[in-house]
Amino acid sequence: MRFWPKEPFWQGVAVLVMAFLLIVFGIPYLPPLLGIPSAPIPNSVVVQYMLTALVGVLLWVSDNQTRWQQFKQPFHAVMVEERKKPIRMILLVLLPALIGFIAYGRVKPSLDAPPSFRAIHPAPPSSITFQGRTIEITGLENPLRTRGSLDDHYEEGKSIYYENCLACHGDLLDGLGHYSHGFNPTPLSFQDVGTIAQLAESFVFWRIAKGGVGLPNEGGPWNSAMPAWEEFLTEDEIWAVTIFLYEQAGKTPRTWEEHAEGGEH
Amino acid sequence: MALTPAGLLAQAAEAASQGTVSIPAYGSFPAPGNRVAIWVAAQVHLFFAAFVLGVPMFAVVAEAIGIFGNDTKYDKLAKEFTRLLLVSYSATAIWGAILAFGLITLYPGLWSYLARIFAPTMWVYVGLFFFESFTLYLYYYGWERWHDGRAKLMHWSLGILLNIWGTAVMFIANSWLTFMMSPPAEVMPDTAPGMVRLWSAFANATWMPINIHRVIANVVFGGAIVGAYAAYRFLTSKTDEERAHYDWMGYVGNMIAIGTLIVLPFAGYYLGREIYEYNQQMGITMMGGFMSWAWIIQAFLIGVLFLAGNYYLWVGMGRIPGAERYTPYTKWMLVVLVLGVIVWATPHTMIANRDELAAMGGTHHPFLGVLGVMSAKNTAVNLMILTTFLSFLLYRRANKRTVVPWARTGTMIQTAIFVLAAVIVLFYGVYGYFVTAIVRIGFSVYQVLAVLAAIGGVVTLDIMIMRGAESYGAIRWGQMPPRSQYALLILAVTFTWLMGLMGFVRSGIRQHWHIWEVMRDTSEFAATPPLGYAAQVISWCVVIFLGLVGFIFWVGSLAEKPITSHPRQDSLPSTDSRLASAPTGN
Repeated sequence: MRFWPKEPFWQGVAVLVMAFLLIVFGIPYLPPLLGIPSAPIPNSVVVQYMLTALVGVLLWVSDNQTRWQQFKQPFHAVMVEERKKPIRMILLVLLPALIGFIAYGRVKPSLDAPPSFRAIHPAPPSSITFQGRTIEITGLENPLRTRGSLDDHYEEGKSIYYENCLACHGDLLDGLGHYSHGFNPTPLSFQDVGTIAQLAESFVFWRIAKGGVGLPNEGGPWNSAMPAWEEFLTEDEIWAVTIFLYEQAGKTPRTWEEHAEGGEH
Repeated sequence: MALTPAGLLAQAAEAASQGTVSIPAYGSFPAPGNRVAIWVAAQVHLFFAAFVLGVPMFAVVAEAIGIFGNDTKYDKLAKEFTRLLLVSYSATAIWGAILAFGLITLYPGLWSYLARIFAPTMWVYVGLFFFESFTLYLYYYGWERWHDGRAKLMHWSLGILLNIWGTAVMFIANSWLTFMMSPPAEVMPDTAPGMVRLWSAFANATWMPINIHRVIANVVFGGAIVGAYAAYRFLTSKTDEERAHYDWMGYVGNMIAIGTLIVLPFAGYYLGREIYEYNQQMGITMMGGFMSWAWIIQAFLIGVLFLAGNYYLWVGMGRIPGAERYTPYTKWMLVVLVLGVIVWATPHTMIANRDELAAMGGTHHPFLGVLGVMSAKNTAVNLMILTTFLSFLLYRRANKRTVVPWARTGTMIQTAIFVLAAVIVLFYGVYGYFVTAIVRIGFSVYQVLAVLAAIGGVVTLDIMIMRGAESYGAIRWGQMPPRSQYALLILAVTFTWLMGLMGFVRSGIRQHWHIWEVMRDTSEFAATPPLGYAAQVISWCVVIFLGLVGFIFWVGSLAEKPITSHPRQDSLPSTDSRLASAPTGN
């Protein structure tokens, strides 16, 4: 390639620049051109990806003795050669300035809330108190799946959803209801492969019944405005809306046996 | 008061109110407190124990290669392994005693409860430990005396016996700690310890999965520490002969560590599955709850292991005549590994500030979210395993020229097997997004089987292809740049830290229970510490262990004789001008 540098040092720099452009601009803006949704990547993940790329570059330049010597040559030249003295002096100013700038960015006061360190799924309790009764969550199945007509339960769940859940979770169950933009993070999208598709119905029942206030202490603080629906719905109504969620989103609930797989990262 | 868990812990308060003398529920350790004191003692003991249990396994294999392959260099290697073992053994016992005394003085209630159930096994443990110690002394000190004929076979049998004692000791200790995680269903908070059936408590739900996982992990860990020892000795070597010996020893250590690491995830998967089956809540806490970030760190650390292990092999190709045929491929293997690490370590729930969350529409990235689930991660790790295996294969073939007439066809079949395995892994990885969870779980089995079948098939073919192969020249042992040895040191540090991290996860998922849902932790240290705090404690454990290991190995080296033989006398250019120009830059 005509524009591809020949020296390992500049090849490494070129790889890192390309990786940065791909991560910061490519991933957020290229998929939407093909109709695939995407978004800017959080800084924490950008740093993670770039560090991995940097390690990869360093391994590549040093796994061969000739390449390693060539890679080190520019550093050596800048450090000792007389004709590179101006570059040396510039670096002598720029490097401390850069470190100072990064340090300033880290310690300057900010009004932003600290980044959340959320767990993927809160661990459910083995039992909960539902409207004064104790319900064992472990091993619990949706009783409506073996009672009455599934179509009837679906229709009932649909009514309940549209009366109570639509405003936040949206018409398409994508978490983009009318009120959703007032929340940060937005309500969960049930279309996402990482939400109800990963969970047993008993887990969904627990979350609906207890809402954000019923989330466990560990893994907090939780950013959830979900009400505790046990205050407004009966047990069967919650099970019915659970059936609606899975049917409408085209997902299948996990069974208790399936959990033996292990979790999702 | 009944001798139930609650009863034991409440005895102190009752005794105090009655003015009688009794055992307090908890002792007191000055800063940093009971929990950290026990944590450090248990973890450092475990590091040493893993080393002294792992090393005999490959020492006895190396000795067998020496006996049956009639190759004395393996016999010398086995002896050197055992010497490391000998000097580490007392440290294992000392830290075991610290742990036991710590439990007795700081957690007397828990200790009393466990002792009432497991007392018979504790005596068996002591007996086996006694046999293990004396078998080790016989094994090491009898090495030169029993070095021929039947006596040598008897000596080798001692090595096997040493492994049997050691494994039995570990299995017993495993029963105590797994009981705390997964006590049998019939053990309730009000069950008196005397009523608990010993075998039921001993062979609890997670006992065998932990046994299997630890046996394999001990070999991995032992290999890594041996590799680090060899690296240290290589870097401080004064003669070419020593450098050649420790270069070879480091290579063997790396091969043992990385080769065994490949099967470790399957044992971990079995353990995770059993934890889920035992208790759903514990399983979700471990994988999806507040411990879930530990798995992202684990992915990074295992990524480091794969990268460092492969890097060591690629650098090592520089000392193999004929390896230049394969060096152009290493950059593509590196690309696969780096992409694998990126995918494996992509969190499903990302750390993001308020604006970033708003831009993503939640904590799941709309595009990268697909990399956060098991389908992507299984695919990434299987491809990394395949790539690592390819590195080993190229290393093995590097200085060999095939002579069988069908060598080219055979190599093409090997390539086809690799490609087929990769396609199967990718196919099931992608297809996994379009099926239900129960079907997707089955796919991970197909992926693993594809990789294992490929490894088996390719190795079998390779042995046949390489039959009677000619050499491009002997490996120039000792002509390794120092940075390759730092890769071995990184491997050892990473393995040690990783063990500490996963130990914290395994123990921490009990949360505020000494014994899960049987005996509650009512001390001031009942809360499970956050990951940052845990990382600090783990780091201290690693520093203590590696510091002591360094000291022990140094002490051990004081009395040794200089190395007088090396793996391939014929291949070592001891006075060769090539050594004078050997790469030394780092």
